[in-house]
Amino acid sequence: MTIRNNRREFLKQSLILGSGLAIGFSPARSNELLNRVQLSEYGLTPFITIVNTGKIFLVNTVPDLGQGSTQAIPTLLAEELEVGLDQITVIQSDGDTRYGSQISGGSGSIRRAWEPLRKAGAAAREMLMKAAAKTWDTSIENCKAEKGRIVNLMTNQSFAYGQLAAIASQYEVPQNPKLKSPAEFKLIGKVDKRPDVIDRVSGKAVYGIDVVVEGMVYACILHSPSIYSKIKFLNDAKARSVTGVLDVLRCERPMMRIKTEAVAVIASNSWSAQQGKKILEVSWDHVPSQMNSGDYIDRMYATTKKPGPVQATKGNFDQAYSQSSSKLESVYESNFLAHAPLEPENVVAHVKGDGTVEVWIPYQSPEWVKSEAAKYLGIAPEKVKVNITLVGGSFGRKSYPDFLLEACFLSKQLKKAVKLLWSREDDITQGPFRPAMLSQFQGVTEGNKIVGMHHHAIGETFNGQTHGTLKPGEPDPGLCEEISFENNKYNFAHTKVSHTRILTDIPIMWWRSVWGANFAWGQECFVDELAHQMKMDPLQVRLNSLDDVRYKNVVNVLAEKSQYQNPLPKNMARGIAMWKSFGSIGAACVIVGRDNKRIRIQKVISVLDCGLYINADMVKAQMEGCIVMGLSAATKEKITFVNNKCEQTNFHQYPLLRLNEMPEIDTHIIANETSPGGVGEPGLPPIAPALGNAIFNLTGKRIRKLPINLNDV
Amino acid sequence: MSKFEIQINGTLQKIEADPDMPLLWVLRDIIGLKGTKYGCGIGMCGACTVHWEGKAVRSCQIPIAAVKDKKITTIEGLTKGDLHPLQKSWITLQIPQCGYCQSGQLMSAAALLAANPHPDSNDIDVAMSGNLCRCGTYDRIKKGIVMASETINGKQHDY
Repeated sequence: MTIRNNRREFLKQSLILGSGLAIGFSPARSNELLNRVQLSEYGLTPFITIVNTGKIFLVNTVPDLGQGSTQAIPTLLAEELEVGLDQITVIQSDGDTRYGSQISGGSGSIRRAWEPLRKAGAAAREMLMKAAAKTWDTSIENCKAEKGRIVNLMTNQSFAYGQLAAIASQYEVPQNPKLKSPAEFKLIGKVDKRPDVIDRVSGKAVYGIDVVVEGMVYACILHSPSIYSKIKFLNDAKARSVTGVLDVLRCERPMMRIKTEAVAVIASNSWSAQQGKKILEVSWDHVPSQMNSGDYIDRMYATTKKPGPVQATKGNFDQAYSQSSSKLESVYESNFLAHAPLEPENVVAHVKGDGTVEVWIPYQSPEWVKSEAAKYLGIAPEKVKVNITLVGGSFGRKSYPDFLLEACFLSKQLKKAVKLLWSREDDITQGPFRPAMLSQFQGVTEGNKIVGMHHHAIGETFNGQTHGTLKPGEPDPGLCEEISFENNKYNFAHTKVSHTRILTDIPIMWWRSVWGANFAWGQECFVDELAHQMKMDPLQVRLNSLDDVRYKNVVNVLAEKSQYQNPLPKNMARGIAMWKSFGSIGAACVIVGRDNKRIRIQKVISVLDCGLYINADMVKAQMEGCIVMGLSAATKEKITFVNNKCEQTNFHQYPLLRLNEMPEIDTHIIANETSPGGVGEPGLPPIAPALGNAIFNLTGKRIRKLPINLNDV
Repeated sequence: MSKFEIQINGTLQKIEADPDMPLLWVLRDIIGLKGTKYGCGIGMCGACTVHWEGKAVRSCQIPIAAVKDKKITTIEGLTKGDLHPLQKSWITLQIPQCGYCQSGQLMSAAALLAANPHPDSNDIDVAMSGNLCRCGTYDRIKKGIVMASETINGKQHDY
């Protein structure tokens, strides 16, 4: 299988080959699913084209961030179409609305494509079989699709798909083609080696940062240290004298709801631009803003004294709590985090003289690149041509358009293609960040059962600050759904979910696993606290609190895989936690040991029920990634703002987990033939609470604040 | 601007650059070898790791004027005809996720194996702790180094 981003090359090839069979699939619009699209009319059709040579082109709407979508997506098609993956050429979609929703995010790539893409493959297969049957003047029952050919079972003659494509394209697309049962899968759940790994180990993979466009200039930007300040004074004389510096200009950073002032240095290479930036003389006006993380967190704690806006209730929690003599209250804190993908934010933008724009960018959504650039430049979306490159990590960051729009601004001013590269310092200090949040809990126990729980989430949300879709004081429905007792399936008789927004100007954006990363921490530690109050085993309490078979099974598998019933040596202990997110249920067991005050993380066992999946090894790779990022966040990473300024600037102050800090890890996928759930994120939320619970079980010390300093527990 | 002649992957490259320009940016922006990546600019992430006379160094910290006649190898020079045993084990174990840091990981690992064909777990920790991976491929990296070291020492692996 080859992966090609070059649409022109594709067009040329398909024009030479003439028209073939084209079938549409659009995850966003299931009602328009299988509309036949003429190749001649569209050139590149939405979705799938079989050209006369038998070569199959598939438009992939979900950029590959490292999660393997360029293998998983064509596997769905190949399975039903009865072709090998090596027959499919994958083309990254360009944001055109004809492809519907185009985003890698919310652990939803396979969930969204699962049915429509298999249906498209099955429909094409049925059309090809019909074409073959007609040509042979036989019945469809006598035909079989196999390895890119239709075989006549009576005569053993066969046609390659390419020979049938023209005839097949005359037929109506069947709306309800017969899909395979999981038992019939040859590829889904069985594919292993991704075809593009060789490029990623030989320096040949082209990421956004590697894009070179003829005539481009290199830019870097000096952002305000306090993000929103205005420029009071600028002297660029020294910067302009740096060899290679071509220009210095005032520019802007268009954030989601505000534009800030900045200064760009333009040069003939990256380093000259960076040197020029270093010696710019700029002073910034003080801008009144509320960027003090300590103050924000204090205001969140003050809020725990008041009841918050209630989003959902069951039973009568307030009464149960006020009347109970066996209750508990705790507050858990999670901190601000940077995404810090290893490839910093970068883009090449070319605003051309003819009013069109071309963009090369590592980004999670070509659709958003198109719409954001068009909106910002005040042009029609059709005028924006989007090339999504390989993405060197994102975790949510490369779905925030500030760097894209900065480059659009510069290219428009300079009338040249501009390659903008953020420094690591820009990436760490400028945000947007995973927000700090509080979880306030109240719990009621009765005998050996938890009978009531109130989860009061406190803090600012993306819908509130980033997207501005909430009314003042309104609880965030998405957040409340994530922490709801419908989601975690705990069968407590009396429950309440509330959320109080606390405003901050520290810019925020979703971070791998989104709310799970903030709220699993408190919830799963608090369940343990209640268990200990009842003098019960925390795993048994979870089993007693769950009726759902699938959830219970996850707990049981975790118990088995972590040998939960086997005692550990004296100075070691286990902790467990679980969380449902993105359609999958994850659970983890962390085993810790100690040397004096220092805690050692010995082993992490992670289990995941994600339903059906494409590539087991890739699922495990994502679970491993979630363990590492979860531990890194839980024990090392912290963003703080003092006097409107981020205190951390680079990896010396914002440490990530390193290889020498790795515990032993063990991952298990739980077999389950329900529809696919997400795999990129659900492994992360249980990691921090499992660690917190393990530390309590070892030391008797309950930690309620992240990150945990393992050297001083 | 000054003229330099440097040996990259066995080829003499004649370039013109500011003497202070780090090797990283000479490789990427002047010579066009893009496999070596920028990650932090302060030598803390290892994405820019190359070999300096066979030793792993951070190319973001080396001004071009310091290179002189020293032999530099980048990820593009790691493959000599056949893939390096590390590259083979990286593919077999499907180590890269996004892959951005893997050039640096491989160069650090290759320097380790060249100096020490039998690294133990602690040797691997020491050699590899300077290379960050945000996708979290560390566990596989350790296994990949062990696998490649076994290959170098004559054990057959089914790549």
